[in-house]
Amino acid sequence: MSQTTVTEEPPRPRPSVRPTTLRRPRLPGWSRGALLLGSAAIGTATGLVAGLESRVQWGLIAALVFVVGGFALTSAVEGRRQAVDRLAASLVWTSFLVAVLPLASLLWETIARGIPGVSWYFLTHSMNGVLSWQDGGGIYHALLGTVQQVLLASVIAIPLGLLTAVYLVEYGSGRLARAITFFVDVMTGIPSIVAGLFILSMWIMMMGFGYSGFAGALALSILMMPIVVRSTEEMLKLVPNELREASLALGVPKWRTILKVVLPTAIGGITTGIMLALARIAGETAPIILLVFGNNMINGNPFEGAQSSLPLFVYEQWAFGTESAYDRAWAAALVLIAFVMILNLAARAVARWKAPKSGR
Amino acid sequence: MGTPATAPRKNTVRLGDRVFSGLSKGSGIALLVIMAAIAVFLTIRAAIAIAHNEGNFLTTFQWDANASPPVFGIAVLLFGTVVSSVIAMTLAVPVAIGIALFISHYAPRRLAGIIGYVVDLLAAVPSIIYGLWGALFLVPHMTGLFDWLDRFFGWTGIFAYDGTPARSLMTVGILLAIMILPIITSVTREVFKQTPKAHEEAALALGATRWEVIRMTVLPFGRSGIISASMLGLGRALGETMAVATVLSPSFLINASLLESGGGTFAQNIASQFKEAGSMGRDALIASGLVLFVLTLLVNGAARLIIARRKEYSGSL
Repeated sequence: MSQTTVTEEPPRPRPSVRPTTLRRPRLPGWSRGALLLGSAAIGTATGLVAGLESRVQWGLIAALVFVVGGFALTSAVEGRRQAVDRLAASLVWTSFLVAVLPLASLLWETIARGIPGVSWYFLTHSMNGVLSWQDGGGIYHALLGTVQQVLLASVIAIPLGLLTAVYLVEYGSGRLARAITFFVDVMTGIPSIVAGLFILSMWIMMMGFGYSGFAGALALSILMMPIVVRSTEEMLKLVPNELREASLALGVPKWRTILKVVLPTAIGGITTGIMLALARIAGETAPIILLVFGNNMINGNPFEGAQSSLPLFVYEQWAFGTESAYDRAWAAALVLIAFVMILNLAARAVARWKAPKSGR
Repeated sequence: MGTPATAPRKNTVRLGDRVFSGLSKGSGIALLVIMAAIAVFLTIRAAIAIAHNEGNFLTTFQWDANASPPVFGIAVLLFGTVVSSVIAMTLAVPVAIGIALFISHYAPRRLAGIIGYVVDLLAAVPSIIYGLWGALFLVPHMTGLFDWLDRFFGWTGIFAYDGTPARSLMTVGILLAIMILPIITSVTREVFKQTPKAHEEAALALGATRWEVIRMTVLPFGRSGIISASMLGLGRALGETMAVATVLSPSFLINASLLESGGGTFAQNIASQFKEAGSMGRDALIASGLVLFVLTLLVNGAARLIIARRKEYSGSL
């Protein structure tokens, strides 16, 4: 079989120097570190010489030299394809670093500026009688409001959301189910301020009720419902059909099958979804501004009179624009972020703890 | 064959079943009713406001909804909303794709897991905290960048900068980009992870470099996912309230320069005008909210349709 090819091809002129390897030349492993050091040095040198005061600029110059230098070096030694590969890798790493910086700064600022303001006094007192430029005061009224509003919202949203998800997975088929699925998805994207405007036009302007924590909870429940439906639906779909069939084969009615077999199987994931939804709505500000209005005093009754809430408190304190108000805003932001993060972490812990064991 | 006395009972459903399925169907319908009610109530109030409006709702550069006669228009708000969201998208989408690729293809496995986790946590940071950080940290740190842009690109007019505090649409756009980064990242990451292993291995077997593998298999496979993720991010950016309300210094003028303060967005305008609004003022704000609602509905609906189409498609892969 090799004979045919040999006879047809004219013998090629051999290169004078035989390559010792089939591999293309590669940059040595240490070249990357050297390049990094070199570009850092160039960045620093340029910064010092040109008298650039901002360290960010030094870093940018160094990064630019690193990326371009890496590209040039690789394309000279290893060829264009490898160079493009190297360039893409640098860009991916850069985009990661670029994204991490602001997010890290956000967390750092909140923690660093918030910690001095958080104390037992801060958590257990309201802003009653505290003027914007004065130190002191606290967030007790806001905490109380947030907890009450979030609880009320979940009392409305969780049953509706759970039942809708049950309908979609266990009963629904055809047009109605498709329409609900689509609108649940669309509802996830409703801006919170629009949900607030809706409750404002219906509950307050049309029906004539006043500002209250409950009005805010109504808007929050609109934001919470689609998240609950979505996550519950995903979890119910994971429940194996054999479980349902086994239960039905024993003559258990369908509704009892759902309540006693399907939901308990998926309860871990459902809880996780609900807690994530709680974390999401606990940080909502816009509907609260429109519907709960804000209050410096403790109002323990969510059904009557203006209340406050943590995110609204942060916004109000920011709007005062005095140093002591800023301090309070950061401290409240820290409490809020801790609240949300604890909910999130707890949700994930539940998910891990209740996760279906694999290999079953 | 049939014993008539014990004929199988047809169509008899137990009471519990009927109640339960009725309840679950009812709550599904309730959800649709809520969506419809949102549209209806907003439209009613908006119609009242627009009927009394002495200006042109679409083209007036003014917002005096509490005056009599009321004069207001959404031109500035529409401009500000679209411009800030477009800035956010152009900044966030490439970076988000980069992070998603980093997590799915570049980072060491251990690190990738942790980063994915952190990205999800960051998606949960409340927007008011981004707003506080943006107003008190980002704004003062933007002046250096803006000066630089002004020095080299000021001649375009878009990047002219007068040295006032950087509470402009550009800062808003950058802040929005940071805020929508986690959501775009987490959706695209999921899509990239679903790239068929066989495709990637085939590309590798042909001698492709890592970047070529990504360009030839991962990106084409994930294209619709990237588009829909970006649109979800866009939906967020359009409706974001608090971050804009804290950072932007609003005015009812369209400024040719993106770096100088002024302008406004729908959501920001509602949040900042609400406390001073009388009854006509509220109706006017609701009218602008309706426009925002329709805008986000279109964007999100389109994103979902793309995702749904892709689901059907990828089933055959």
